[in-house]
This record gives sequence, structure tokens and C-alpha cells, in this order.
Amino acid sequence: MKRIVIIGGGTGGTIVANRLRRETAVEELHLTVVDRDDLHVYQPGLLFVPFGLEEPEDIVRPRHSQLHEGIEFIEADVDLVDSERSAVRLTDGRELPYDALIVASGAALLYEETEGLRGPGWGESVFSFYTVEDATALRDALADFDRGHLVVDLVDMPIKCPVAPLEFCFLVDWFLRERGVRDAVEITLATPLDAAFTKPVAAERLGGMLTGRGIGLETEFATGRVDGAERKLISWDEREIPFDLAVVVPIHGGAPFIERSPGLGEELGFVDVDIHTLRAKAAPNVFAIGDAASLPTSKAGSATHFEAETLCANVERVLGGEEPEGTYDGHVNCFIESGFHKALLIDFNYEVEPLPGRYPEPHVGPLALLGESRLNHLGKLAFQPLYWHVLLPGRDIPGVG
Amino acid sequence: MMSRAVDVDAEGFMTDATQWDRDVAAAIAAEAGISPLTDRHWQVVEFMRERYLESGSAPSIRTLGKASGVPIKELYELFPKGPAKLAAKIAGIPKPRGCI
Ligand SMILES: Cc1cc2nc3c(=O)[nH]c(=O)nc-3n(C[C@H](O)[C@H](O)[C@H](O)COP(=O)(O)OP(=O)(O)OC[C@H]3O[C@@H](n4cnc5c(N)ncnc54)[C@H](O)[C@@H]3O)c2cc1C
Repeated sequence: MKRIVIIGGGTGGTIVANRLRRETAVEELHLTVVDRDDLHVYQPGLLFVPFGLEEPEDIVRPRHSQLHEGIEFIEADVDLVDSERSAVRLTDGRELPYDALIVASGAALLYEETEGLRGPGWGESVFSFYTVEDATALRDALADFDRGHLVVDLVDMPIKCPVAPLEFCFLVDWFLRERGVRDAVEITLATPLDAAFTKPVAAERLGGMLTGRGIGLETEFATGRVDGAERKLISWDEREIPFDLAVVVPIHGGAPFIERSPGLGEELGFVDVDIHTLRAKAAPNVFAIGDAASLPTSKAGSATHFEAETLCANVERVLGGEEPEGTYDGHVNCFIESGFHKALLIDFNYEVEPLPGRYPEPHVGPLALLGESRLNHLGKLAFQPLYWHVLLPGRDIPGVG
Repeated sequence: MMSRAVDVDAEGFMTDATQWDRDVAAAIAAEAGISPLTDRHWQVVEFMRERYLESGSAPSIRTLGKASGVPIKELYELFPKGPAKLAAKIAGIPKPRGCI
């Protein structure tokens, strides 16, 4: 009997646990998923909460009920991974020995890395939307925001779902128009990138979409601090953007236990892995998946989903004494992941930018998320309270797919 | 310094890291208004180059701030506007893509 421990019961941990459970007999494999809470958030839904298009309680389900039978769920906080002894230490002192470890601990939101972000003004004029709590507070603030300068600020890459700040801009533009106050609000997107997005063709298209909606774009703005009392964002090179309402996507890093685990992480705290096999450089029986892995691809549910295939095969290989295979190619596309093993894969009828010289080869990038058609769908979905009930069970939505 | 041709892309980033040497770096820096390159500049430029040759991608500003030994604030003073980009250009490596 081999023991597999999976740290994190989010998108990646859940997919991998269920997949491994299906593929192997219970007598062969003991599967344990550890998470610090039992609340699985459907994260793409966070984008809709600030606009009242989604109720916070509707995007959260118990983690354990997403896991197939025969998978042990432990609610505990991981303290560190001792990859030399092949054991996970929990903060309550317990130890979980493993034959193979899968780190699926996602990305941590590092508000404290930006001076002043959660200082004066936080929750009054400074908000975010990457957690249920933040998205809900922003919803309450947006409800009676009817004039002034709204700034959407992306502090630094990488972030989960790199197009989310842009989508937020498009949605807030729509939201303010619906309420008849768009003329009294100036909207600006501030980004450290030199364009609206990382990839040239997408950036051009998106830049055009921002302009078309009268949304300002402030590029190469690397936020150094937030002055909530004076209501301005200040960049490292001392440029200032005054705001009345700031929506800030905080810096992301790996889960703090990764940094505490010898040899496991790179500088930003993500697990240092082979980008094709997903095996950690720290030890031959340690792997990482999803946002926790230091892969040069988007931190997205779709990438996580594609990685799972390679990862499960490689875990089984390594447990059987074989070498892992480098089959993951960085694939990511517009896959709206439910977090509950149900998903909707949307194929857009639009050109994919070949990315010469980029890892790993021309592929469908997050560009797939960027077609106007998706925005139309978001708009449509936005008007439809049945969004979750149709989308999450993976049923067909008319006009999509 | 002898004049010598190096291959660059449309934005002036060298496309062949092997054509790089310290003189090329100084020339690119001078063209960008940084002259001379101080020890602190070199610390960053060399760190970038090593990282790139080791990992195949140029480090981001946050990695520089955490691992190069030069804090972010100073990086902006040394390489105005976009430190990661400018330092990469001087280091003779491709433009950092940020993330995808
Ligand atoms: C606003 C928003 C919109 C998005 N939109 C999209 C979209 O449209 N399409 C798309 O593909 N993706 C989207 N994403 C991204 C997607 O949600 C993530 O990429 C995906 O959930 C990553 O899965 P994961 O398993 O790596 O991490 P997660 O699902 O975040 O799971 C990580 C888990 O690890 C646990 N954990 C961390 N540290 C510890 C510890 N010390 N001890 C125990 N447990 C721990 C956490 O509690 C968490 O449950 C969006 C994300 C956000 C925030």
C-alpha cells in the first residue's frame, strides 16, 4: 500500500485526488487531501460578486463533498514539507509520511508586500476582489459609488487568471452604464506591463477594447505603495494616480509553508518544478500542480486541469519505479472550471496568436479568454441568475461551444 | 572600443546572448542614458544574465528585488522606468515577459 498526500483541496488537489482514486484500487493506494478549511470557492465566480451578479454563498461548497469516496480529508494547516524524510508536518504537530507528495496549495495573496494596501482607507476607498470577503466588501462599496475616479490596479505579475483585472474593467464599465452613472466616473487600469496584456496581439485587441469603452490605461505603473488617506497610488518611480475607489489585485506568492520547506520553492515561493514532468527539483517523489507550481504558463484552472493528466501519470510511474515523462506542454485555454469536477470548455471562433519563440510552442494561450464573444457571454450570463445552475453542472449553454 | 554589429530585435533586445560582453553592455547602457555603469548596476546586470543562462527566462523585478541584493526602490533609481526591462537589455538577454 502506497501513501499519497495532497496538500490543498482546491481545483488541482480535488481533480488529482479524484482521478487517482478512479484509476487505482483502494488497497493499492491511500489518498489523503489536507486543506486548512472545508470551503471550496469557485474562484471565477469572484469576478461577478462585486456586481451583485453572484451571491457569495452560491460560490462556496464543502471541500470534502467534492472528493470521491475512499479519499481521506484532513482539515489542518501544513507547517512544512520535509522532503528528505518524506513527511508533511502539520501545525498541530501531526506528521503525514508519504510515498509521493503532490503540492496543490495554490497562490497566496500577499497584501502586506505592498505598503499601505491594507492601511488607512482599506475597506473604505481601497478594495480587492480575489477572496469572497474582499469581493463582498467591494460589492457593498460599488453599490453606491456614482462619481469619481475608479482605478483598477494590478500590482505585479504573476496573478491568478491574468485577464481578470481587464474583465473587471469591462464589467464595471457595464455596471456603471446600467446604473446611468458612467459619465460621472472615470475608469483607469493601472498595470506594471507595457500594454494591456502580456501578449502583443491580445494586448492590442484589449487596448482597443479599453479605448472603445473610454477606459484609461496607465502602463509601466509598478505600484510601490498605497496611500489610502490621501487616496493615491504611488509607483516605485514616484508617479501618482489619485483615486476615489481603488480595486487592487495584490501580489501573489506561493503558500508560506513552501518557503519554510528546505529546497522546495523558488524566490516567489512557488514550487520549483520541471516544467514538462511537474516533478519538484527538491525530491524525486514530490510534485506540484496548478497555481503552486512555478510554470511559465497562466495560473488558471484550465492549465491546472491539463496538468493533472501529466501529473497523475507521472506519480503512478514514479511509484512504480519508473522515470516521469515530460508530457505537459503549457497548454491553457478558456476552460471555465467549476471546482466541482464539472466544467465548460468554450471554443471561440477567433484567431490564436502564434507566439514565436515562446514556451513551449505556438499554443492556445489565455487569448482564448479574450474574444469579444466571451464578453458578450459574460454580459448575457450577467443578466442570467441561472449562470451557476446551468454552467456548473456542465450543461450546454445556448450559443456556446 | 571597436565598432561591432550585434543582432537585436525590434525593441533593441539582443537575440544572441553569445555576442554579449561588458563593452557591448556599456554601449547599450550609454545609449539608454546610463553612463558609466557602476558596481551596483553590474551587480544587477550580472545577476540577470546568470539567471537567464541558468533558467532560460529573464527574472522579474520582484525576483530582482528579492534575490539580486539590490532593493526595488534602488533598482528604479539605477534603471529608470522599467528596471527589469532595461537591465535585461544591458545584460544582452531577451525582454522579460512578466508572466503569462
Ligand atoms: C477572480 C478570479 C477569477 C478567475 N477566473 C478564472 C477563469 O475564468 N478561468 C480559469 O481557468 N481560472 C480562473 N481563475 C483561476 C483559478 O481559480 C485557479 O487557477 C485555480 O483555482 C488553481 O487551482 P489550485 O488547485 O492550484 O489552487 P486553489 O484552488 O486555490 O487551491 C489551493 C488550496 O490549497 C490550500 N492551502 C494553501 N496553503 C495551505 C496550507 N498551509 N495548509 C493546508 N492547505 C493549504 C488552500 O486553502 C486552497 O484550498 C480565477 C481566479 C480568480 C481569483
